[in-house]
Amino acid sequence: MAIAVVILLLVLVSVVFHFVSPWWFTPIASNWTAIDDTITLTFWITGIVFIAVNGFLAYCVFRFRFDKNRRADYEPENKKLEVWLTVFTTIGVAAMLAPGLVVWGDFVTVPDDAEIFEVVGQQWHWSYRLPGKDGVLGQSAVELMDEKNPFGLNPDDINAQDDILIPSNVMHILLDQPVKVLMRSKDVLHNFAVPQFRVKMDLVPGIETYLWFTPTRLGRFEMLCEELCGMAHYTMRGQIVVDTAQDYQVWLDKQFTFRESLDAPAGDLQLGKKLYASCAACHGDNGQGNEALNAPMLAGQPAWYLTRQLNYYKTQVRGSHQQDIYGQQMAAMANTLVDAKAIKDVTAYIASLPTLAISPAAVSNGPLARSIASGQRLFTNCAYCHGDQAQGKFALNAPRLAGQHAWYLKRQLQNYRASIRGAHREDLYGTQMIMMSRLLQNEQAIDDVIAYITRLKPAADAGYLQLGSRAISATESPSITGQSRSTQEVSR
Amino acid sequence: MNYTAIVDQPDESHHPTSFMAKYIWSQDHKVIAIQYSITALFVGLVALALSAMMRLQLGFPDSFSFIDPSSYLQFVTMHGMIMVIYLLTALLLGGFGNYLIPLMVGARDMVFPYLNMLSYWTYLLSVIVLLASFFVPGGPTGAGWTLYPPQTILPGTPGNDGGIILMLVSLAIFIVAFTMGGLNYVTTILQARARGMTLMRMPLTIWGIFTATILGLLAFPALLVSAIMMMLDKLVGTSFFMPAILSLGEPLNYTGGSPVLFQHLFWFFGHPEVYIVALPAFGMVSDVIATHARKNIFGYRMMVWAIVAIGGLSFVVWAHHMYVSGMNPYFGFFFATTTLIIAIPTALKVYNWSLTLWRGNIHMTVPMMFAIGFIFTFTHGGLTGLFLGNVVVDLPLSDTYFVVAHFHMVMGVSPIMVLFAAIYHWFPKVTGRFLHTGLGKFHFWMTFVGTYSIYLPMHYLGFLGVPRRYFAMGPTEFIPESAQSLNASITISALIVGVVQLIFLFNIIWSTFKGKKSGPNPWNATTLEWQTEYTPPRHGNWGGKIPVVYRWAYDYSVPGVKADFIPQNVSPQEVEMMDDKGGA
Repeated sequence: MAIAVVILLLVLVSVVFHFVSPWWFTPIASNWTAIDDTITLTFWITGIVFIAVNGFLAYCVFRFRFDKNRRADYEPENKKLEVWLTVFTTIGVAAMLAPGLVVWGDFVTVPDDAEIFEVVGQQWHWSYRLPGKDGVLGQSAVELMDEKNPFGLNPDDINAQDDILIPSNVMHILLDQPVKVLMRSKDVLHNFAVPQFRVKMDLVPGIETYLWFTPTRLGRFEMLCEELCGMAHYTMRGQIVVDTAQDYQVWLDKQFTFRESLDAPAGDLQLGKKLYASCAACHGDNGQGNEALNAPMLAGQPAWYLTRQLNYYKTQVRGSHQQDIYGQQMAAMANTLVDAKAIKDVTAYIASLPTLAISPAAVSNGPLARSIASGQRLFTNCAYCHGDQAQGKFALNAPRLAGQHAWYLKRQLQNYRASIRGAHREDLYGTQMIMMSRLLQNEQAIDDVIAYITRLKPAADAGYLQLGSRAISATESPSITGQSRSTQEVSR
Repeated sequence: MNYTAIVDQPDESHHPTSFMAKYIWSQDHKVIAIQYSITALFVGLVALALSAMMRLQLGFPDSFSFIDPSSYLQFVTMHGMIMVIYLLTALLLGGFGNYLIPLMVGARDMVFPYLNMLSYWTYLLSVIVLLASFFVPGGPTGAGWTLYPPQTILPGTPGNDGGIILMLVSLAIFIVAFTMGGLNYVTTILQARARGMTLMRMPLTIWGIFTATILGLLAFPALLVSAIMMMLDKLVGTSFFMPAILSLGEPLNYTGGSPVLFQHLFWFFGHPEVYIVALPAFGMVSDVIATHARKNIFGYRMMVWAIVAIGGLSFVVWAHHMYVSGMNPYFGFFFATTTLIIAIPTALKVYNWSLTLWRGNIHMTVPMMFAIGFIFTFTHGGLTGLFLGNVVVDLPLSDTYFVVAHFHMVMGVSPIMVLFAAIYHWFPKVTGRFLHTGLGKFHFWMTFVGTYSIYLPMHYLGFLGVPRRYFAMGPTEFIPESAQSLNASITISALIVGVVQLIFLFNIIWSTFKGKKSGPNPWNATTLEWQTEYTPPRHGNWGGKIPVVYRWAYDYSVPGVKADFIPQNVSPQEVEMMDDKGGA
């Protein structure tokens, strides 16, 4: 009795929930309205069956509840009824399957006028490639991937020369232009999914996969990895921007071809040194940073990271948040670098500065860790990208943390946690750091992990650090707790 | 059918006498069944606790410092693997299969009792190896229960060293255990049925277990080889599943392998696995419904053929798990068609369960409540399967919470509803006592309504586009803030449902010792297990005489017979002498 009522109630609740629920597909922005229609059709058919079967169930449970004066019927089979039920079910199933297969036929048939772009997945970032003027993507191979050639293109392949490389999580495409998305992965499985476009496909290392769609709405759409790709899977986000022809061209003109990236001249150290003079006022002659002036350590930081940050400052991606006072100062300074050439020179110079380590005194005066073990445990999440020794990894777009001042690391982590840094939609890896920083749930956790980081001494530093007249051997690398006489000490 | 002399003649000399022989190194299928069940329920509780941790993170992100992305993925992975393999498969086949097969077909025991014992101890070993992975450096694997390479064995995935190796070893051991048990079940059903127990007189429970076991024997080898191949990739450096790739920026020495190959092997096992769990549940629920509705199961022959058809079809639908895996997209046509065809026999089973209730005389006992609850949850889960099976509808929904909600309804909640129905139904045979009815009803209502309040809203997170296996959604524009409150409410429901299971556990322990005495056939059921001389049945099951079967398993409310049921071993002559309690 009660169970019949409850079943009817649950059916009613399900139907009402379905119609009043605010949680539904995000509005479509591609040509795949047929997919939505198939879902609607499926909903009607399955919904009717759901109501009918459970209505019948509830009726039986109520109507044929136990009665000691009644006896159940004896009816082993009813051929006619069984045949009818089979026929009806088959018709219902066919009614869903047939349109589904027709739409799938469209999905596997890429229109002839589709433009192609390639999406490249890696743990835990996206990048993209356009075929360039010749319309053909050049060959690529994992074996060719390195810092100079992150896409792994064959430098001898004529088709590869004009390929346009987009080493960024953000891709732009043209409104109403069908696109075929070719997919490739550098490491593990990933999945290209933009909920508004409705279609998705895995990126599989070793093979090339594809899908196609036509964007029908201008805007910026979030892209998610939807195939488990390791611990930071949930932070692997990208964006697809659907542009008008004009905007698209503006964006396209700013991109580089593979050949240009290979031929790019190195930064001029002499010019860079001159430019650095104005940086040195705060960051110090050796890039050692200065707490009193809130200037972080720059020495040891690679040019690609410095370049990205300077560009962010210049374009208000970083340093525009009201609460980021020091960022605002830096943004003003970055504007004094007039062009990309200036940025290239100055970052090349900074990258050429010897790596420095913080003095043990500064380390021990830094944040107090409850235990180094706690910091070490927390740091395992950071280490995948930033390296076991916090040395930074180009391949994962992660800057060096080792040697950085504790107070600076702390402020940045707090800024990430509070979305003061990284929330700008053009800050490619900012969202990721915002999400990762939230693993540090209180100040103690932040202090612990920083205490651990400041005690790391990457093996790559075990060279000679030359500064002024002092040549210092780093072969007697300081232990984590020990005193250092071998590494150049920088006071706080 | 012939009987060997030793089977027909009770020989007291081979009954075990010592405690160890009776309860530990027992070769009695009933004791082995209980050993299997207790182990499976224990490991299921571990998986339940893991799901609670997972739900805490999803419902209340950034609140629990002991859950980080790695441990979250480990909870997800171990929860899934334990529930599917070590709880459901082991409890349905190792537990209920073991207990019910010899009793329901009228055999004294499994045909290979020693092998049966070995099967349990091997299963226990696999569980120990599995649980050991929680204690190795790096912890258990966090690769997702599907264990997709390459990430499974690479840094960046938790438990990529000791954890994954122990997982693969444990699976291999489990498969050995299953094979020993499975061959036994199939042989027993084919060779040791009582006189008169033709195949088409077997209760649907046996048909379900029989077909599921055959599926298991054919499907598990695919998992075994993929586990071995992955282990070779990991330990020896072969490249079965590993193409040339980078790992966190560093090139590896693999070349030429195929990650999609693993997915084919995995799902060639993985989809039949769904039916390895579902078919025994289909069978058992059929018998529970017929018994408590006092009516024959409607369309018995169609039910049998539906089980067999589903079993057969389950081997040609596997790639519907891989529509967006990057396999040749033309496969989509084939697999969508086969997948939707399988819906037809499945739907017929649902109709037949409902039609069994039609003009029945329904005793609303606790097992019957769970059985009716099952029809509801299974209908829901089955219908959402039609979304995901239809390849083009799968595109937006694949890898979202819709999938999670669907498979939890269809192969989580539904088989577990049947397991509960079965436990409440057969507990009196196992112990001679009823489970407490009041606690049972409370358990039913909380579980039935509770699980629905978990999974109904979860489908809508999927429509919204929330991906599965995400530690946190983070700032995402297209997902409204309110989705988080939905997630929180799901978590609260889940925690309540989780705690209620402890009441069930208490009920089992309490009722084993203090429950109301049930007598040999409390539900007035027709099948042979209720006709044993002793309850609980003793070693050898039938004492001096093995039953002879005269009729099918569903002679309930036969017209012209005073009693509303005729046990399978009652001869036509005896029927005329029956009183209304079924005794002669």
